[in-house]
Amino acid sequence: MPRLVSHPDEVKIVTSRFGKGAAKIDTYLELGGYASARKALSEGADWIINEMKASGLRGRGGAGFPTGMKWSFVPKQSAKPKYVLVNGDESEPGTCKDHLIFLHDPHAVIEGTIIAGMAIGAKTGFIYLRGEYRYLIQIVERAVAEAYERGFLGKNIFGSETEFQVIVQTGAGAYEVGEESALMESLEGKRGVPRIKPPFPAVVGLYGGPTVINNAETIATVPHVLAMGGAAYAAVGSERNGGTRLFGLSGHIERPGVYELPMGYSLRRMIYEVGGGVRGGRKLKAVVPGGSSTPVLLPEEIDIGMDFDQVGKAGSMLGSGGVVVIDDQTCMVEFALRTIQFYQHESCGWCIPCREGTDWLKKSLTRFHAGFGTEKDIDNIQYLAENMMGRTFCPLGDAAAMPTLGFVKKFRREFEEHLHGKPCPFAHHPEVELV
Amino acid sequence: MSAEAMTLFSPELAARFDALVERYPARRSALIPMLLYAQDEVGYLSDAVIDEIARRIGITPLDVRNVATYYSMLRFKPAGKYNVQVCTNISCMLRGGYKIFERFQERLGIGHKGVTADGLFSLEEVECIGACCWAPAIQVNYDFHDELTDEQVDAILADYRSHEQKAGSR
Repeated sequence: MPRLVSHPDEVKIVTSRFGKGAAKIDTYLELGGYASARKALSEGADWIINEMKASGLRGRGGAGFPTGMKWSFVPKQSAKPKYVLVNGDESEPGTCKDHLIFLHDPHAVIEGTIIAGMAIGAKTGFIYLRGEYRYLIQIVERAVAEAYERGFLGKNIFGSETEFQVIVQTGAGAYEVGEESALMESLEGKRGVPRIKPPFPAVVGLYGGPTVINNAETIATVPHVLAMGGAAYAAVGSERNGGTRLFGLSGHIERPGVYELPMGYSLRRMIYEVGGGVRGGRKLKAVVPGGSSTPVLLPEEIDIGMDFDQVGKAGSMLGSGGVVVIDDQTCMVEFALRTIQFYQHESCGWCIPCREGTDWLKKSLTRFHAGFGTEKDIDNIQYLAENMMGRTFCPLGDAAAMPTLGFVKKFRREFEEHLHGKPCPFAHHPEVELV
Repeated sequence: MSAEAMTLFSPELAARFDALVERYPARRSALIPMLLYAQDEVGYLSDAVIDEIARRIGITPLDVRNVATYYSMLRFKPAGKYNVQVCTNISCMLRGGYKIFERFQERLGIGHKGVTADGLFSLEEVECIGACCWAPAIQVNYDFHDELTDEQVDAILADYRSHEQKAGSR
């Protein structure tokens, strides 16, 4: 069972029911559950969307798109059925927040899905979880069954004329499926290869119908937004970044864990106060601020507030909120290699710049780390990554290129130290397979 | 012979599949769950499994294979009864994921994608399994084991072995 952590600076909204047995519907109801869905049902779609817009809630999957605005893009009239699709494919390295949401508060996801359905006029919602999360899928399935028993899902939800069905879907291992159009492909029983946009899912999505796709954390936040009121939720966060965020502190940190902190919370304070500093009193070397695809930050760059805009201004991204802390004993070439190995493995292979780019980056970095690199390789790695940027249909190519550029630019000296037959100065994992 | 009698799967799983294909706006939405659940029961996606799933959905076996080969969890030959999946991605790597992987290799005498001679264990180095804050983490089949130490590697293996012996002596 994943350990729960706590810190006085936390503002527990989404995590308020964690550790309280809220996976059981009676407990969830005792803790105020499903009140937001009932209220949404009586207030109607326009009210829901206005509250969501006022909340400043931005997509927690990583892109940070305003949720209320996303919902408002769905056409009111549609010949084809509309759908809500919840993205619980959580696969970005450094990210495990949805894991806890499904474990401790599955009904919040269901309630959020119902509310999203009311907002856009959908009768069906899908909750897609990565296949590795089998025990969580079973928890969510049990929760869905409970919601059906109580009449919160089905033909006449909460005794109304409104219908809403929820289907829980398992994945089978694929990072790329976390990309929204690949997610729809996977749910339609196909390879998780992205679709060309436009048309955007809000217009042509699942089975050709208008579809709203939200991250599981975003959806689990929705009932809280309606309970607090959009404006009150917005006030918790920073400017244009409403509310809180589930930050996952991992790596060389004294107290790793998922912490719910207000948007805009200081990264320095997050590492040194909330997380207890670098493990073993070591020195900080670098921080990956929002999952493995976000460019690395140096120790002198951590005096920023953790919201989409401030981290963007610092040259990185808030991404999925997975903060990976790296100490001074770490080889950044090895770290770059392990990062790119992942993207090479996960590239779906459709777009050539991504398929070939990740492969050549992996080969170059593998050779480099083993001490067989040349001076020119460093520029080549940078050149390869630069030429992947913006040249693929989905963001996976960028997700591989962006961190690579960060590592080369900010740790060039460390790359140079691997040159001329020198073994990795850190010698952490010397036996590498040469390709 | 009726269609039910011709199934490879247990009656429970066959019934589950009958319901699954009717659940979605399109039958083939059931494909990926079916492949995974079939693998859970049979152990891997044999030609016969692929043929039956293709028939149930109403697509060609080639089409099924085309989809199945995309997904990392799906396999086309048997794994061990206990499939040990060790995450070595960044958060786990920083907290000793590779050491854990090496320890499993030593103790089991197999490498990545290897299966022990008795068929009890198989080993895989896997990408991020969503347990970054409880690193290093592994999964044995679907069970997570978090915050591992070298010693716990031995304890985990001993646990599954003794579980197996108990099951065998019944």
